[in-house]
Amino acid sequence: MNTQQKLEILADAAKYDASCASSGATRKDSSNGKGVGSTGGVGICHSYTPDGRCVSLLKILLTNVCLYDCHYCINRRSSNVRRARFTADEVVTLTLDFYKRNYIEGLFLSSGIVRSADFTMEQVVLVARTLREVHDFRGYIHLKTIPEASDDLIAQAGKYADRISINIELPQQESLKHLAPEKNLHRTREAMGHIREKIDEHAPMKGAPKREAFATSQSTQMIVGADASNDSHFLQRAGDLYNTFKMRRVYYSAFSPIPDASVRLPLKAPPLIREHRLYQADWLMRFYGYAVDEITTREQPNLDLDIDPKLSWALRNRDFFPIDVNKQPLEILFRIPGLGVRNAQRISEIRRYTQVRVADLIKIRVNLKKCLPFIITADHQPSRYELDSEKLRAIHAPPAQQLELDFATIQVPKTEVIGGEF
Amino acid sequence: MRAVPTPSGFSDWRSTARGLLESGLHPRDVIWQREPEENLFFLNSKPEPGSPGQLKVPAAFMNMANTVSCHRSGDQWPLLYSILWRLVHGERHLLSIASDPEIHQLQTLAKHISRDCHKMHAFVRFRKVGESADTGREQFVSWFEPDHKIVRLNASFFRKRFTNMDWSILTPDECMHWDGEQIHYTPSVDKSLAPDSDALEELWKSYYKSIFNVARVKIKAMQSEMPKKYWKNLPEAELIESLLSSSSQKVHEMLVNTPSPEIPAPKNEYLNHLKNLPKE
Repeated sequence: MNTQQKLEILADAAKYDASCASSGATRKDSSNGKGVGSTGGVGICHSYTPDGRCVSLLKILLTNVCLYDCHYCINRRSSNVRRARFTADEVVTLTLDFYKRNYIEGLFLSSGIVRSADFTMEQVVLVARTLREVHDFRGYIHLKTIPEASDDLIAQAGKYADRISINIELPQQESLKHLAPEKNLHRTREAMGHIREKIDEHAPMKGAPKREAFATSQSTQMIVGADASNDSHFLQRAGDLYNTFKMRRVYYSAFSPIPDASVRLPLKAPPLIREHRLYQADWLMRFYGYAVDEITTREQPNLDLDIDPKLSWALRNRDFFPIDVNKQPLEILFRIPGLGVRNAQRISEIRRYTQVRVADLIKIRVNLKKCLPFIITADHQPSRYELDSEKLRAIHAPPAQQLELDFATIQVPKTEVIGGEF
Repeated sequence: MRAVPTPSGFSDWRSTARGLLESGLHPRDVIWQREPEENLFFLNSKPEPGSPGQLKVPAAFMNMANTVSCHRSGDQWPLLYSILWRLVHGERHLLSIASDPEIHQLQTLAKHISRDCHKMHAFVRFRKVGESADTGREQFVSWFEPDHKIVRLNASFFRKRFTNMDWSILTPDECMHWDGEQIHYTPSVDKSLAPDSDALEELWKSYYKSIFNVARVKIKAMQSEMPKKYWKNLPEAELIESLLSSSSQKVHEMLVNTPSPEIPAPKNEYLNHLKNLPKE
């Protein structure tokens, strides 16, 4: 099998990992080095595939041979996919050759589990070490680690990588037991805790001597729609991971049809909009100060697919409104539907010098249709009637659609624009 | 009324603006000429060279002005002078008023530039042309067409990232070269002088094809970040059409395939070991 054939198999095997981030690394460049590479600015997306996802890193598996039988995974041992295995040198050469042509920001390397966790991690670490120590590569490296690998190997991975990650896969242990029998929630959380300690130990401190290089962040991923977990389960778990381990990102990956899917998976893929709503809810937790329990409720454990979770919260909490944009503090402005973090900040800046009017909102491109019923400006007062009206939801929920009969189009929304994963 | 020639760049604008400001010329009394020929007809008087007197303007404004100076429209020159005028005539906090029409326009122009730079960092594609006989360094050339005059703004990004290879970025405005010692610039050349292939492109296209998930086609999302105007200089873009036309069929096959039977856990020491690990 030549490199090209291996690349096809091992990229195909890696594409269900949503992470493509190349930002947040320690600033470094090659001006005083021997190799190529720089990191530390914003992440750069070097291309986009027709699924709307960016291509930032060379995202591949070292091998897709795997002992495990995770039912949502294209590489599980029961799958009939073709198997391949890169040598460390092949991955090193590919990474450098792609990097020098400015195709990529770096490497995201993961692997099927062969022989044992430690054996597999050793191979992965060898690639990163060769890139860094032999070729003085200063681009971005993201390594997937295995919870059961030894502390020493995880420490080595962290030494060479800018980011390390372990996928939690599913929010609850019962789901793992059924769909990923070799994985275990407790062990995964424990490993994340160790990684967090190491990241903190190595974080640069003002006044302290320079510390040994170490990854600056960890992230994880959950698969949506493969088990019976509701959105509240996903968000509770995400909240747990953000709070306990200061996870940089939790990615949500709606499981999509794969070749040779397991019989244990539901027949129908979840609507992509569910994944999108989870990302929006995730944003509310991370940037808008919402607690997990505010986003979903006991009565409605799933996010509303028709309207965004912020509007949904506002409609459940109408007494909170209207909000006077000239008076309320920033964290209250964050609660206004249709108003993003950036524009909320702009408003709180503008109002230091002049009263904010509707015209100001138009100029900075606020979503007026969404926010006007909820706010007071110097020249606008919403009608209490409208704010209390049942129609308010209907304005924003898409009209009930005719039942779609074409199976293929249900599965593959052709033109839906869904952002949020970057 | 005074007519001034189009500045050649940021520092030229700065000295012109300083002179205008010192002459007390209100922005509405200044005409920023679009074409050099207009000089013949207008009452042109070169502004007095600016005296070294200190003008107190926010550093943020000077940074913004430097950035938007690269804008190809030319709209930035009168805009910058008008904002400068207002900054020194009582509107010290003008930059904080994002809803002010002129500040909004300034930010829009700045956004054009930063997006253009970002796309240049992303979409430059180097093609290897050889290795230097003297130094042994690998040599690469790229052809890129930026929207704005941003080539020099991005010199340090490429120099720091690709310090240890020789490279040239050719554009319709000018060409930029790095030889390990210094950056230098030469006039633009015809696109036909850029290399038209690289041996690695087949591998790169294989990767692009394989990392695409046929089951989640979102064309608009792709195009909003990678507009068609860039496609002609991206080797992978020629695949897009065929990837799209074959995607429904591929998804259909996945859905109708009979799943393989489960394979019981092989007798494996490590899997046994996993079973015995603590579960909570």
